[in-house]
Amino acid sequence: MKFGVVQFPGSCDERDALHAASLVGQAEMLWHADSDLKDSDAVIIPGGFSYGDYLRAGAIARFAPMMESVIAMAREGGLVLGICNGFQVLCEAHLLPGALLPNAKLRFTCRQVELEVSNAQTAFTRACASVSGADGSKTQLSIPAKHACGRFYADPTTLDAMTDAGQVVLRYAAAENFNGSVAAIAGVCNERGNVFGMMPHPEHAVDALTGSTDGLRIFESMRLAIEGVRA
Amino acid sequence: MRARVLIRPKAGILDPQGQAVERALPALGFAGVEHVHVGRLVELDVRDAAELDQICQKLLSNPLIEEYEIQLLDGQNGAPGS
Repeated sequence: MKFGVVQFPGSCDERDALHAASLVGQAEMLWHADSDLKDSDAVIIPGGFSYGDYLRAGAIARFAPMMESVIAMAREGGLVLGICNGFQVLCEAHLLPGALLPNAKLRFTCRQVELEVSNAQTAFTRACASVSGADGSKTQLSIPAKHACGRFYADPTTLDAMTDAGQVVLRYAAAENFNGSVAAIAGVCNERGNVFGMMPHPEHAVDALTGSTDGLRIFESMRLAIEGVRA
Repeated sequence: MRARVLIRPKAGILDPQGQAVERALPALGFAGVEHVHVGRLVELDVRDAAELDQICQKLLSNPLIEEYEIQLLDGQNGAPGS
């Protein structure tokens, strides 16, 4: 399968995303001003500061020509993963519910975070189920986060609906919710389950040399989902 | 047509910037200041003022978390118009 990684002016994690994706499949960079998805089976919107994060994080990137193609792909059920700034872009594009606000303590924070997988059935987390404790203990991932604007917010009605529908996919583990997200939410998917955004960076957790390979499970899940569709 | 758009966090949404400013004021001797909110100001010239509402909803604000107020400005002094 093939991943496409969208590069905006101001992206900074696209190389790591490309590398991480290439560990489980083919991967190619997609330029924001183009609109050809180059036959990608799944698209990754990487982290960074697209268009300088002017106005609001992700607000301008949403209107890039490549995003028009990504939005069309998402509407047809294609897999789209947004990481950090990519999550912000997907919220601004209304592909995901809610919004991301400045961290409660207003600080840019870079740290390893422990995450609980609240829904390990999605196309983005199904490879996480294999690390569930045999005793039914919660699946945890250890992945770095680095952002100043990652406080997830959705109004209470939306939040209830999302929770009931299994759209809350990742939560910060106890005492790990450093940005003040509502319900400790770190990652959410859309109703259909084909668009997923998360603030922590799985692409920075793919090599034991840098501390954790848990991030690979996200990319591996996507590969399983795509190849499952084909099989 | 010159217009000014004021964008602020919706009521009830935690506004840490406003809180930080509010907490800093007593240290400077300004007691009795409360309910500080920090927002954004956008000034723009538009041919058709009727488009402003859509401009605000689609780009200048995120209606999920922010509210906006449009002011049309008269003349050259930038005073708020009707």
